Amino acid sequence: MNPIAPFEWILATRFMREGLMQTLLIVAGVALGVAVIVFMSALLSGLQGNLFRRTLNYQAQIVILPPKEIARSLRPNTDAASAAVVQPRAQRIRSVDQWQTVRDQVARLPGVIAIAPVVSGAGFVLRAEASKSVGITGMEPSSYLRLIALSDKIVAGNADLSTSDMLVGTELAKDLGVAMGDKLTLQTATGASVTLIISGIFDFGNKGQNSRSVYVALRTAQSLLDLPGGVTSLEVNVSDPFAAEVMAQTIQAQTGLEVESWIVTNAQFFSAMSAQSLSNDVIRFFVGLTAALGIASVLVVSVVQKSKEIGILRATGTSRRQILRSFLLQGALMGLMGSLVGSVMGWAFLIGWRGMAKNADGTPLFSIAFEPMLFVYAAAGATLVGTIAAVFPAQRAARLDPAVAIRG
Amino acid sequence: MADAADLPTLRLEGVRKSYGIGSPVELEVLHGIDLTLNKGEFAALIGPSGSGKSTLLNMIGLLDAPTAGQIFISGQTTSGLADRLLTRLRADSIGFVFQYHNLLPEFTAQENVMMPLLAARGRPDDAMRARSADLIAKVGLAAWSQYKTNDLSGGQQQRVAIARALVMEPALVLADEPTGNLDTQSADGVFDLLRSVNAGSRTTFLIVTHDPRLAQRCDRIIELVDGRIDSDRANVVEHRAAAALPAAA
Repeated sequence: MNPIAPFEWILATRFMREGLMQTLLIVAGVALGVAVIVFMSALLSGLQGNLFRRTLNYQAQIVILPPKEIARSLRPNTDAASAAVVQPRAQRIRSVDQWQTVRDQVARLPGVIAIAPVVSGAGFVLRAEASKSVGITGMEPSSYLRLIALSDKIVAGNADLSTSDMLVGTELAKDLGVAMGDKLTLQTATGASVTLIISGIFDFGNKGQNSRSVYVALRTAQSLLDLPGGVTSLEVNVSDPFAAEVMAQTIQAQTGLEVESWIVTNAQFFSAMSAQSLSNDVIRFFVGLTAALGIASVLVVSVVQKSKEIGILRATGTSRRQILRSFLLQGALMGLMGSLVGSVMGWAFLIGWRGMAKNADGTPLFSIAFEPMLFVYAAAGATLVGTIAAVFPAQRAARLDPAVAIRG
Repeated sequence: MADAADLPTLRLEGVRKSYGIGSPVELEVLHGIDLTLNKGEFAALIGPSGSGKSTLLNMIGLLDAPTAGQIFISGQTTSGLADRLLTRLRADSIGFVFQYHNLLPEFTAQENVMMPLLAARGRPDDAMRARSADLIAKVGLAAWSQYKTNDLSGGQQQRVAIARALVMEPALVLADEPTGNLDTQSADGVFDLLRSVNAGSRTTFLIVTHDPRLAQRCDRIIELVDGRIDSDRANVVEHRAAAALPAAA
């Protein structure tokens, strides 16, 4: 007997040790459940983290735009009933009014980590007989590269643009037969054109983006799109991507401008993520429930098997509370042991999985998030579930009539 | 108020017990029992099967509550006490020796003896270990103290149970057919042990038995018939326990 252990502990551990087969079986059951939960959670959070990163790599979390232009009826507002058809206006390229002030104001908001002015519009790249329509993004590398991880996607040259440079995608370069240092003419629908040197080639891993977007310096885009000194949008990143919508509303309230967060513009992506999280939670719940029922049923059987012993204990001065605590402790211990074994098993699964599921080039197919806290939560959760599962059997044990139990 | 030392160990006043109260098969098995056991008495409770012996013993042992009447242990009333207080009173004042299922098979002989002390104090300590080892030695099982109880013979198990019943130094020891499933020789040994403990202390013993031979070796014989005390008489016995065993405390 452990000299420092309390009576309930001695009782619980001895009962578990003497019913070793039962104890081991249920610990294995709990362990398997915990392993599945740990494995699934790590896999899913790795997967989601991956998707989030990929999504947020190519777009700012918040975009500040000039307000939409609205067509208004010029008819006087009389009391007489009247009908008017008002056609919505076509939206032309306009600058964000006073964008420097807005930029400074937004940059001061807590949580904002980067803000960059952007001029974007449509145009064509021309080379000899060939022309391709492209989206033109004009930006200042000093601010824009802090927002979008463009530098990571450069396969040749660099992203540091000057006014005579441009960045093109791999697909566009291939279509037009150009390489680093070649010249390309960029033209807009209004006829403005400029010839620029290719200073970098990027690969976003997406054919559409690689063939349809070019990056130029902010000033170049301003003159091409006839927006001298203006910008079409301000793009913002915040420290917590999931707080982007709240921040967007704050900015909208302060500036009166049109503000969109990635959460709204990617609503479908977001709902897919939530659906995935929900199904993960449902699976976790049922796995947890199965483990809890396992613990409960083992303990119920144990109470029945040990009813005579419980009677003897009660007759020799053990209180109901002591019996209750001892059985709760058994549940908690089984849960804890199961979760420790299960965490190790889950970890091993993850390492094995990472070794097996590989891309053709040998890099892991999934990036798996090893969250140390996940194991702490699993252990705490399983212990709690074990204790809760033990409540019914423990109450049953505590309520046993000692006289009946001994006679039994 | 009288000093606790002068009060009888056990006093029953009009104790009744019914089963299935309110149902059509309500059955009263004890019809008003009055009984007093004084300090140091060694009494036998006899009676045919179904006479209510075990029911009465369970109520005296505070394992079951009477439907009517009062039970006093060393002068203290037991009616209306909460389970926690009943458990405390039972632990402090009453030791049990049952016929079957007496010990916890998960624990060694010495641990079984220690169990009531452990339940009362919460944690094991050296004094507990010393006291339980001492009692194990007194019942003649020093060599078996670290055995699991299932590895002991029936007689040895009953000796362990007696040691456990004495570990809290109770005022009253209740024994329910303590020799019921033992061979004659073991039964004699166990009975002699009970007598020798009684002789060396002021512990009161109440022994339920249907073996007239054993009853004849008790100082008082209480006979229960159909839930009533049919006879209650003193009995003179020649003490041979002291010769059979070393003096017990």
